[in-house]
Amino acid sequence: MELLSLSAIEQRQALEAGDVSAEALTRAHVEHIAATDAGVGAFLRFDGDNAVDQATKIDARRAAGESLGALAGVPVAVKDVLCDANGETTCASKMLAGFRPPYDSTVVAQLKAAGAVLIGRTNMDEFAMGGSTENSAFQPTRNPWDTSLSPGGSSGGAAACVSAGMAPLSIGTDTGGSIRQPAAFCGVVGVKPTYGRVSRFGLVAFASSLDQAGPLARNTGDAALLLSVIAGHDPHDATSLSPLAGNDAPEDFTAELEKPLDGLRIGVVDEHFGEGLDAEVDSAVRAAIDVYKSLGAEVVPISLPHSRFAVACYYVIAPSEASSNLSRYDGVHYGYRTDEAAMRGELEAERKAAAEGDASDIDPTLVRLYRQSRSEAFGPEVKRRIMLGAYALSAGYYDAYYLKAAKVRRLIRDDFTAAFEKCDLIVGPTAPSAAPPLGKFEDDPLGMYLLDLYTVSANLAGLPAMSLPCGQTAAGLPIGLQVMAPQREEARMLRGARMYEAVTDWSARRPPIAEAQG
Amino acid sequence: MSTPAEKPNADKPYTTVIGLEVHVQLATQSKLFCGCSIAYGAPPNTQTCPVCIGMPGSLPVMNREAVRLSIRTGLALNCRIDRHTKWDRKQYFYPDLPKGYQISQYDHPIASEGCVAIADPKDRFPEKQVRLIRAHLEEDAGKSVHSDLGGGDSVIDLNRTGTPLLEIVSEPDLRSAAEARAYLSELKLILTYLGVSDCNMQEGSLRVDANVNLHIDSGDKKIATPIVEIKNMNSFRAVEHAIEYEADRQHRVWQETGAVLGQMPKQTRGWNDATGKTVAQREKEESSDYRYFPDPDLPPLEISDEQIATERENLGRLPGALREELAGDHGLSAYDADVIVNQGVAMVDYYLAVAAASGDSKAAANWVTQDVLRVLKAREATIDELKLPAEQLAELIKALAAGEAPKPRGRELFDLMVEQDVPLAEAMRRLGIEKVDESALENLAQELLDANPRIVADVQAGKQQAVGALIGQAKKKNPNVDPNRFRQLCLELVAKQG
Repeated sequence: MELLSLSAIEQRQALEAGDVSAEALTRAHVEHIAATDAGVGAFLRFDGDNAVDQATKIDARRAAGESLGALAGVPVAVKDVLCDANGETTCASKMLAGFRPPYDSTVVAQLKAAGAVLIGRTNMDEFAMGGSTENSAFQPTRNPWDTSLSPGGSSGGAAACVSAGMAPLSIGTDTGGSIRQPAAFCGVVGVKPTYGRVSRFGLVAFASSLDQAGPLARNTGDAALLLSVIAGHDPHDATSLSPLAGNDAPEDFTAELEKPLDGLRIGVVDEHFGEGLDAEVDSAVRAAIDVYKSLGAEVVPISLPHSRFAVACYYVIAPSEASSNLSRYDGVHYGYRTDEAAMRGELEAERKAAAEGDASDIDPTLVRLYRQSRSEAFGPEVKRRIMLGAYALSAGYYDAYYLKAAKVRRLIRDDFTAAFEKCDLIVGPTAPSAAPPLGKFEDDPLGMYLLDLYTVSANLAGLPAMSLPCGQTAAGLPIGLQVMAPQREEARMLRGARMYEAVTDWSARRPPIAEAQG
Repeated sequence: MSTPAEKPNADKPYTTVIGLEVHVQLATQSKLFCGCSIAYGAPPNTQTCPVCIGMPGSLPVMNREAVRLSIRTGLALNCRIDRHTKWDRKQYFYPDLPKGYQISQYDHPIASEGCVAIADPKDRFPEKQVRLIRAHLEEDAGKSVHSDLGGGDSVIDLNRTGTPLLEIVSEPDLRSAAEARAYLSELKLILTYLGVSDCNMQEGSLRVDANVNLHIDSGDKKIATPIVEIKNMNSFRAVEHAIEYEADRQHRVWQETGAVLGQMPKQTRGWNDATGKTVAQREKEESSDYRYFPDPDLPPLEISDEQIATERENLGRLPGALREELAGDHGLSAYDADVIVNQGVAMVDYYLAVAAASGDSKAAANWVTQDVLRVLKAREATIDELKLPAEQLAELIKALAAGEAPKPRGRELFDLMVEQDVPLAEAMRRLGIEKVDESALENLAQELLDANPRIVADVQAGKQQAVGALIGQAKKKNPNVDPNRFRQLCLELVAKQG
């Protein structure tokens, strides 16, 4: 259907012009989802009636002459990790199945205030831990380009739904690449903002110093629009960026988007083009760099000497913070609790069976409650990271692991500071390969971690970074180009990306499923 | 400052060594990291929000007033304020700790290295400075109630989670239960003067844990016993008794087992007020690895010189300085100064006003420490509620000194003025007290002397106390007779006659 191929900005224009009602627009998306999501699994929960109801209300308000927000009537899907008081927030985990938060995350509140039609909650790796969305406790998500492949992760559902035309916009989260990498694998645009640009209040925490919510869209203009809606200082988030020099005005990232960057210096990182990079990705990215040259950009070779420690650094810090953030899931106050009656029965049997006086090894009841609730409700990757993190923070190991990683993190950040003195944007591959097959990393979690090779540094350094399509493999799978900018320079980054997008057509490519009728 | 000298408790072959950890709830409007109220006594789980319940996605935001009150307290306790401090997560699992960690301060407490001076009016111990190791901010946990209410289950009230606590840790400088009590009283007094906390142990706004061990004389050496932490003491008196019991118990245990410091992990014991004993609590083997790390949700805290200077300027008058002022400028005894200061700054101000208006510091002190306190205690009232303005009490003092009212009737006047809220003149009128004219008094004296030649003779013979018998008679004739003046007059008259 035509409507589904419109960009979000075009959809909004059509709505404003009265060419289409929000109800009709939403219905079109709802029908498409109903027809295609069985084969993709982008959505964990999707209520078409509710979405149409939201849209109808927007139409009524528009008819009544009310002033509406920047996304009024435009469908937006949200990764199931951002609290929404109107339903469940599960983080794709048994631990939070059925959990209904009593409050909206700031991002969801902003979307609601902007009039977005919240069309459904997208699938993810459990608690955002993973790179393929296979760690979801409920279902896998399949890559719309080839359903035997992973869409990437952890925002696999958010990327797949935009790629498949189910919604023009979605919100994902990125801790080590979880927006950018699935964007690359699904052939869409995904943006991780500067750390602190978007509020984390209500974003269920994985790694507090790394997490950021961000937009996924089919082009840079749409991504810039969505980013503008969700960016901004939030007094409920103490790590939220304060406005610079008292300039409170919300930043509009669409404002100068079409204006190319004069005298652009593109930094290309030596270390990015070494071992581990797939040949097809290498050549697509180099071709993209040539496009920048043809636009007048200067290409500057730069080095990020500590980038080889980035993955190790990330995989100490992120699990450490995660192990702490996930301690609250203990079966006591909310979320999953083990079957207590069964548990008590077992404990009693154990105590009886224990040799006289040797009951000391048996868990006290409370400990057994914790142990069973958490073991039963967390998936294997979550458990792995909690254990890693608890170990890295434990007495005797803290200095060697967590503290050391924190120091290396600073060095990684300093590498970027030095690099950005010589260039304006850093450009390179988003991921070392195209989308991998589902199941590839089942026995190889470390192999999956290495997919984050190019993306984790931006999280460690707190810098904005994005992915946009820059090619396809011979098999027709999308390849992503990563663009990174200094802190707070999302506008520059988006303009730089737009320069490339405007003269190429990779972003316009859609998987067949996006065109599906009905 | 060096470690206090070791002197074994007078009659015991050991020295008791005590360090106290005091948790003080700060009197802020809201919790340390969210806007919930911390008012005492609300129904369970009604003063909570997603942040203090630790709901998924919730984030802490620091309460600046709690930090300000901590700086204020640190300065009053002579601490160094850390210009660069931060928040750390202290991690452990317990149902009253919903996040599974407590936001606290680990290695950069907001205040450190202070001291509190203590003294004993009854001289049970010499004046000393008790050194403080640190004072740091942390959020409180909720309350678990293990009772039969829940049908054998424990029930959790999360109202208290997130309440701002200042944990004040002393060096083990205390050497007796009496010193411990004095330290706690002085600390509480300072905090009350500062207005930073209600310091109410019954309501839980002040909690105390004690670390106790012994240094036992053994030949010319001292042997240290293992340290025991005592919890669950609900009053200063309980702290005193618990320490006394524990010292005795540790001595007995040492005599039986000879266990010394370092041979075992720190034991935790709970004080049982009903039985008057400490009881061993279950050992938490892994409880010591809290896996502290800086809380990534909270930026580090920078405290400026200006902030510190402002707080220092606004400390107000504190007990130590006021005791010195009362003893120095007003010549009060240490004991009297203590009594007045211990009642709080309102009482000090009242005393100073009475002293100034009456021109008699000592008399003012006597009246304040004896009669004013007596009345307040009887009525369970505070000085602000006393219906006797300082100026009126001063009038009374002056009148008694000038003989306008007889000294023995001073208390009567005082009580009437307080009870009926009347000024001195009115009280005197109601009691029929009048200053007896000097010549009338003389006449009366002469009259009685004339009627009692035997007494005159006794006095002339040297027995001045014989005059005493006439005083009663004089008072019967005129209750306003001032006995001292009357006695004096009689003696003068007799002398004249002689």
